[in-house]
Amino acid sequence: MTAIRVVLPHHLRTLAGVDREITVEVEEPTIGGVLGAVEHAHPELRGTFRDHGTLKRRPFMRWFACEEDLSHEPLETRLPADVAEGRDVFRILGAIAGG
Amino acid sequence: MTQVRVLIGTAKGAFVATRPAAGTAWQVEGPHFGGWEVYHLKGSPIDPDRVWAAPSTGWHGQVIQHSKDGGRTWEVMGNEFAYRGETRTHQWYDGTPHPWEFARVWHLEPSPVDVDTIYAGVEDAALFRSTDAGRTWSELEGLRTHSTAGTWQPGAGGLCLHTIILNPDNPDRIFVAISAAGAFRSDDGGITWLPINTGLDSGHLPDQDATVGHCVHNLAQHPDRPDTLFMQKHWDVLRTDDAGDHWREVSGNLPSDFGFPIEVDPNDPETIFVVPILSDSEHYPPDGKMRVARSRTGGDQWELLTEGLPQAHAYGNILRDAMSLDAEDPCGIYVGTTDGVVYASDDGGDHWAPIVEHLPRILSVEAQSIP
Repeated sequence: MTAIRVVLPHHLRTLAGVDREITVEVEEPTIGGVLGAVEHAHPELRGTFRDHGTLKRRPFMRWFACEEDLSHEPLETRLPADVAEGRDVFRILGAIAGG
Repeated sequence: MTQVRVLIGTAKGAFVATRPAAGTAWQVEGPHFGGWEVYHLKGSPIDPDRVWAAPSTGWHGQVIQHSKDGGRTWEVMGNEFAYRGETRTHQWYDGTPHPWEFARVWHLEPSPVDVDTIYAGVEDAALFRSTDAGRTWSELEGLRTHSTAGTWQPGAGGLCLHTIILNPDNPDRIFVAISAAGAFRSDDGGITWLPINTGLDSGHLPDQDATVGHCVHNLAQHPDRPDTLFMQKHWDVLRTDDAGDHWREVSGNLPSDFGFPIEVDPNDPETIFVVPILSDSEHYPPDGKMRVARSRTGGDQWELLTEGLPQAHAYGNILRDAMSLDAEDPCGIYVGTTDGVVYASDDGGDHWAPIVEHLPRILSVEAQSIP
């Protein structure tokens, strides 16, 4: 198991009752692995950043790591080494969408 | 005099206003779920401290929150609203088939017979039920798969199921209303459905005898007279005395029969309230005067209630779930405006005063009498 540091956006922190950064244990340090681990650790977040059944990313949600936008990458994509080894964070964030 | 609690859903969170006893000041708490759009929140008629709320955002979608202490603390419940079986299509705005897509919950209706059962009306139009206080939801798919459903077309606000009426004396009978499909009745607990739109006159339809396609805005029922329903349609106020088999217009002398909410006095099944809005183009009160209209004759004859309501430069709309009556005698009436004011009357509408101002756009108001 690998410990991954995850930064959540404001509304998801309040929904889960957690601080800005959480740590989740993943079997495989992939995008899908970390998203699933967040949902497993905090079931109240299911459906709030990706769909329940299809696991499709919600339209205004994004995942960033190491200054890269991983939002469009397949779920099996491995996380950058700095995230997988705990030196940097995986960011789930809401896109700037407004006006 | 009992305690009265008013649950207020707004575009940026929920608020709870409480008046401990008659003559005491209102206390307002909130926002709960700050930044979330709360289309509706409602308490159980069995245990008023059991309250459900339906916050959503464009980023995170729908969540359901549940309180066991009257809205002071909340627990996140289930938010998986999955259409059952084949998704099928309804008509899109351009007339082409469009697959059903869940967007949000418009209305929550706790059961009057089981405290853990709650119904949810959603967009795209469908009826869901939870029997475990909101942890899991199942669709009553007989409505969405009705033989007319392929012809349903969304109104300006979307294809939303916004009204659910349950009666404790006959749990098998359910009424719902959908914009812009119409009103429907089930006599078997939501398994099968019958459109009940005979007598509705909708000028936007080429066929005035159309079974569906009517833009019903809200329905109301007095529980002691379950076959009588009152309707605020896009235009026209109507009533039925045979559970929706036939409707007749009772707009009478209203200054405008366009509006959104309609309510029945719990003390008198022939006293009803609407809020006239100038038109579907303007969506604000006629002449900039906010007036609640009351009929003590079940419609046709209306009086305009103005004492304490703004009679100049009032341009807030009152949305379909933003008027509610408590169970006092005379009843208290609570009206929330899209410019963020909740007005209250504690004498059946004769006198009004704001209980809170400057809130975000008010989407819903639900009053509770707490024994």
